[in-house]
Amino acid sequence: MEHTLRQVFRSGKFVAGFSIFVAVLLIVFLYPLIVPHPPLEIISQGTFFPPGIYVDVYDSIGSTTHYTLNLDDAVAKRIASKLKEEDRLAMKEWLVAAGLSESEIDAADTQSLMDQWVNNYDPKTNIPGMTNARRNYYIRLNTSLDGILSTEGAIIAARNPDTGVLEEKRIIPQSEYVNVSEVANVRVLPLGTDNFGRDVLTELVKATTVSLQIGFVAGSIATLIGLALGLLAGYVGGLIDDAIMFFTNLFTVIPSFVLLILISFSIGQERRGAVTIAVVIGFTSWVWTARAVRSQVISLRNRDHVNLSKLSGHSIFHIILADILPYIASYVVMALILQISAGILTEAGLAILGLGPKTTLVPTLGLMMNWAMIYQAQILGKWWAYFPVIITIALIAFSLNLMNTGLDQVFNPTLRD
Amino acid sequence: MPAEKDPCLSGRGVTKVFGFGRTRTVAVDHVDFDFHEGEVISIVGESGSGKTTLAKVLLGLINPTEGEVYFQGKERDIGSYRKKKEYWKQIQAIFQDPYCSYNIFRKIDTVLLDCIHMRGGRGLPRAKKVELMAEACSFVNLKFDELTNKYPFELSGGQMQRLMIARIFLLKPKILLADEPTSMIDACSRATILDMLMQLRDEIGMTVVFITHDIGLAYYVSDVVYIMENGRFVESGSADNVILHPKETYTQRLINDVPKIYEEWDLSTV
Repeated sequence: MEHTLRQVFRSGKFVAGFSIFVAVLLIVFLYPLIVPHPPLEIISQGTFFPPGIYVDVYDSIGSTTHYTLNLDDAVAKRIASKLKEEDRLAMKEWLVAAGLSESEIDAADTQSLMDQWVNNYDPKTNIPGMTNARRNYYIRLNTSLDGILSTEGAIIAARNPDTGVLEEKRIIPQSEYVNVSEVANVRVLPLGTDNFGRDVLTELVKATTVSLQIGFVAGSIATLIGLALGLLAGYVGGLIDDAIMFFTNLFTVIPSFVLLILISFSIGQERRGAVTIAVVIGFTSWVWTARAVRSQVISLRNRDHVNLSKLSGHSIFHIILADILPYIASYVVMALILQISAGILTEAGLAILGLGPKTTLVPTLGLMMNWAMIYQAQILGKWWAYFPVIITIALIAFSLNLMNTGLDQVFNPTLRD
Repeated sequence: MPAEKDPCLSGRGVTKVFGFGRTRTVAVDHVDFDFHEGEVISIVGESGSGKTTLAKVLLGLINPTEGEVYFQGKERDIGSYRKKKEYWKQIQAIFQDPYCSYNIFRKIDTVLLDCIHMRGGRGLPRAKKVELMAEACSFVNLKFDELTNKYPFELSGGQMQRLMIARIFLLKPKILLADEPTSMIDACSRATILDMLMQLRDEIGMTVVFITHDIGLAYYVSDVVYIMENGRFVESGSADNVILHPKETYTQRLINDVPKIYEEWDLSTV
């Protein structure tokens, strides 16, 4: 036993898969302890806020200490961030129409673009083919550029509670800074928010937990059913074998995913919890385990050690448990790992079709994909709503399959390289 | 053949067929036999002649396709698990390959404990069980103290086969089917194991059915010899008659195939 374990942990593939899986488990276990936000709390007004650090504007203005930093590139950066992409292109278009050569203008270089604009723009210049509306747009753009280039600070005013008159509180110059750690309300959203305005990372961690649970329950049920039927059919043989194999073949012929869709649909949205889905997946995916276990048992049941056990007067259950099961234990562990992986993937597939667990109670990896798909995150380019989910599913399935391959190499000497 | 006593194990038209259609193989083909109590019977044949299949049929591990097996004068009835257990208290076996005969996940003392339990010793105090096991081990020149908490695969082939004899010592069956017990073992251990088997037979007076491909060995140990070819008994009789005066060419060939030390070995018939 100890020897086998040592051998298993010497297999590079198994160790790699195991490390990834344990890392996922650790994150899933530790993250809620560190960041105790409720996973399904709607925090944002609006959908798909991009990833980043969100700082409360009111609190940062009201922050006690303001620091003045004189940074050389601060002005350039500010102007660059205020100049929108479409305005840059429009400016380039005007300059080209006004006679500058296209190669001279670099829309990405704010400094030179602004210089060229200030030197060349004249609202009176008549450019052939330009509509009045377009001309007015350029005038507005020019005015707003004056605002962008201004070095005045912002004025903060508040209404006097007695008189109701706006009173100037203070002027914030452009070179004034606050330290983020001194601002009372800062929320880090490493993966932004989703379509309902929920923190994607917190939700993802919870979804991974639930999906792993679904995978484990489904995998265990499938392996247990497959193991029990396979052992019984393989060892007892005869009529029982025929009956079980008839039943198994029936399930093999029906595509299990179609069966799954039909069952999930007929259960109904209201009663479809995560556990229900797991049980349904488990009850439809035991077929291959049963077949494989049966063939393993058939090759074992005529071995001499089984005969000796019979001659020693052991009952059929003792023989199955003590003389057959230990010999196929490694195989069963491998089947379980694959079934867990398949369970997670099946849940994701089912949920993406809208047949997953009930949507309001728990997130699962499949449900997150489903939400992202319904709200067109992939079309709107909101990658943070679905890409981390895909990566998580891929990582879990990859690590489990890697573990399985590693175990296969240890237990099956012909595969060792 | 001493015919005055009822045979303790006999068969009429015992047949075992494997597969069907093109893969149909007749392993045992309508064999008749009478094994009498206290005799040492040898079944000799080359590999593939159906010896082991016959042994399994006799043990009740597989059912014959046709024919009847009579046990102690009555038709054998091993339909239920309880009856099978009763049958296996009377008839036991030693298998060919000691390396495959043990469950590698169970410790050695559990193998011997099973035998004590089979003989109805489940309620005995632990000390008494240990005493019985130690006695059985010392009979086969094994030290029980060294065996406890060991797994079968930690022993050598000869030790494993001796442990198998210790099992028989504890079980004291009426009939022992020894299916090539020495074929996987080196020549020195072979003599020891044969000696132990014969000594055990004298001690508990059991009938031994010895299955072997080695006709010299059969002559050395047995009273009655059955020669088996392609699932049939082609010749049978007392060991002296069959081996010293063989009638069938198959028997002559088997005898000729035994390597001889002082004569030139005729390889033409091999």
